[in-house]
Amino acid sequence: MADLSVKFAGVQSPNPFWLASAPPTNTGDQIMRAFDAGWGGAVWKTLGEPIVNVSSRYSTVDFNGQRVMGLNNIELITDRPLAVNLREITEVKKRYPKNALIVSLMVESKREKWHEIVRAAEGAGADGLELNFGCPHGMSERGMGSAVGQVPDYTCQITEWVKEVAKTPVIVKLTPNVTDVVYPARAAKKGGADAVSLINTINSVTGVDLDTFTPRPDVGGRSAHGGYCGPAVKPIALNMISSIAKDPEVRIPISGIGGIATWRDAAEFILLGCTSVQVCTAVMHYGFRIVEDMIDGLSNYLDEKGFRSVNDLIGRSLPSVTKWEELDLNYKIVARVDQQKCIGCGVCYVACTDGAHQSIAARAEHGRTHVEIIEETCVGCNLCSLVCPVEGCISMVRDDTGRPPLTWKQYQEDPSAHKHLGPHNAH
Amino acid sequence: MESRSNPFSELKPPLALDAALAEASRCLFCFDAPCTRACPTHIDVPAFIKKIATGNLRGSARTILEANVLGASCARVCPTEVLCEGACVMNDLHAKPIKIGQLQRHATDWAMAHGVRPFSAGPKQPGKVAILGAGPSGLACAAELTRLGIEAVIFEAGKQGGGLNTSGVAEYKMTPEFALREVSWLVEAGVQIKTGVRVGSDLTLEELEAQFDRVFVGVGLGRIGKLGIPGDDLDGVVDAIDFIAELKLERAQAKVGRRVAVIGGGNTSIDCVTQAERLGAEEVYLIYRRGPEEMPAYRHEVELARASGCRFIYLAQPVRILGRGKVEAIELARMRLGAPDASGRRRPEPVGGDNQILDVDMVISSTGQKPRSELLELLEPKGIKLDRGRVAVDERTMRTSNPSYYAGGDCVSGGKEVVNAVAEGKLAARSIAADLRHLWK
Repeated sequence: MADLSVKFAGVQSPNPFWLASAPPTNTGDQIMRAFDAGWGGAVWKTLGEPIVNVSSRYSTVDFNGQRVMGLNNIELITDRPLAVNLREITEVKKRYPKNALIVSLMVESKREKWHEIVRAAEGAGADGLELNFGCPHGMSERGMGSAVGQVPDYTCQITEWVKEVAKTPVIVKLTPNVTDVVYPARAAKKGGADAVSLINTINSVTGVDLDTFTPRPDVGGRSAHGGYCGPAVKPIALNMISSIAKDPEVRIPISGIGGIATWRDAAEFILLGCTSVQVCTAVMHYGFRIVEDMIDGLSNYLDEKGFRSVNDLIGRSLPSVTKWEELDLNYKIVARVDQQKCIGCGVCYVACTDGAHQSIAARAEHGRTHVEIIEETCVGCNLCSLVCPVEGCISMVRDDTGRPPLTWKQYQEDPSAHKHLGPHNAH
Repeated sequence: MESRSNPFSELKPPLALDAALAEASRCLFCFDAPCTRACPTHIDVPAFIKKIATGNLRGSARTILEANVLGASCARVCPTEVLCEGACVMNDLHAKPIKIGQLQRHATDWAMAHGVRPFSAGPKQPGKVAILGAGPSGLACAAELTRLGIEAVIFEAGKQGGGLNTSGVAEYKMTPEFALREVSWLVEAGVQIKTGVRVGSDLTLEELEAQFDRVFVGVGLGRIGKLGIPGDDLDGVVDAIDFIAELKLERAQAKVGRRVAVIGGGNTSIDCVTQAERLGAEEVYLIYRRGPEEMPAYRHEVELARASGCRFIYLAQPVRILGRGKVEAIELARMRLGAPDASGRRRPEPVGGDNQILDVDMVISSTGQKPRSELLELLEPKGIKLDRGRVAVDERTMRTSNPSYYAGGDCVSGGKEVVNAVAEGKLAARSIAADLRHLWK
């Protein structure tokens, strides 16, 4: 059985599955139940100055009958007294010494305030600190959260203040609500951060009630933008994480966050450079019990692939992540339909004809729709195989162009290389 | 399985909102969808299902009703297993087909409950059409003509409309109350029905021809009639159509025997079997002179009968009904299958030897409805050709050999589904409208 334990910026954890700083980590009772269920670590819901919350707070995006494809919230940091949180942190750490207990922090952008809260959290027993520079609603209006994360200089400055007193590893939690997340990551590194975590939630309005005309969530006939998370944001998170993991200037551990619900999601985050992953929405939907299959599934996967440790997986996909200009223009694939498997729904035909490259022919045959790929014009875009409802019915197969590999970059450097381009590039 | 406690409860109850949304979301939204092709009225099934998924129930119902104005009853009585749902590509995916019938019911029930009109009468056009019979084909023809702006009047011999929808559908599929509610819904939208008018006696064809430009004949079929064997007039021998009509219209008073023999192998026989069982018969036999392969009833209907505990006696021909005044037993001759007959099915022949005596106290004859010969006799002198007791039509237009007369439904097909009758009535209406175009200015 593969070893799932990780050491994240010096913090030991029995597995890479952590609870993100959020409603599931609001109390010691919740975190202890989570550890009992198998979670390796938890990031305590952000401590700071006292706040008050509104009602309601959450709204979702559902898709084709599936609930919570995306979750939006306008809840703020902890609304429990600091002393209560600190007392519970101490208790949890005492009872669960082997689990990673990170405490999220957010206070006014004043050096003393930060020194004070860092000392309090570490004094209570935190294994590490996470600086919340990402919260996109409410707190940002008061100059905290994403208001800090969106300005690299502030990110650097506050990280430096924290590092002046911190004895435990400092993780900077980044906001995705920026043009290029690499810049704030570099600023965190420059300020002395030991690690980064991302993504925090994305600015969002999940929808509008068509009867009341008020966007959701409705707070007495008004609404404000919130922070979006859940399965829908995973691709955005993966892109931001890989761009930071590839950046030669950052080079510090990454804790991945954003739509992770299963071991498969977690494995993808780890393959793109994360050492630990954090989960919130899936737990808000199904509870702490989901970690059982995350552990079991990841362990089986590692065994099947012959990896001894989850650490062998970290960043393994990064070498294949590149820029568009580095892609081989002469690599060509075409769609192929397995007529034995085809059920005749015609969805590939209409998708290709109306939505892509008009390379599927359809005709009615014995009362069924029969489709055929027009290979001469097929550009290998994948669309048909993506919309096909039958597993393995449409496959994309290599069509050897016989032409040497040629990237756009090479082509730009040597325009005469155009003679090596095939007709598929022009379609 | 359905409980036996209430013989009138529905076999397929309505879908709850959440279930309908989940089911609608399963639809693949096929291009040139096989379900639509399989539907005789060609309802755009993926379109109406997509509309359910988006919460556009009004639009969904309209999509259904524009193609099939009796979409609400068809949602209940259609043999979807062999039509739309049988054609669903999900079957090839080894998944359950989309519950198209129940989704159609979801949308049309909503429309009926929310005052949506089944169709809108079009701007008035010249021409008047008389429709004989307020069954499914006549209703569909009238609705389509009204939609096209052509005045249409249905003449119905009975007291109420709906035809077999009202009196001839197994109760667990559709109640007469619902069938009549659907008729009223069409009437409110502009379909005109004159009930209690018997063509021939109350109103002659000549009178009709004088008042109307075209006539649509949708008179359906008549009773099944006698079995033509000794004892077929004993008390306890009933016609399947009468049996179903009685239990539907009289409910609590409906009579059923303790041991019931249903003669015939069609879908009506299955309705009789399952209804007799639900009404409390202890033993129910279905007696058919050919084998299970030749039986015309749909497989899913046969399974329904089998599940209800019915015993099938194949290759058996009733030769005599025994009893003093009332049915006590039925005598069956054993048969075997010989060479194929004109219908392509192998002809049953007597084997000889001993006959079987089956103790029963009720015999339901369900050997197929006979043509309404009294009406057909009136049509023949008008130059309307008949084919083996059916009204002969050009299938592309539903026009008879008399260009002023059109026909559709069971009197043409010899007995098909409601949805076929609707398709034929609609097609006839469109042909009539094209035919009357010369009257337009």
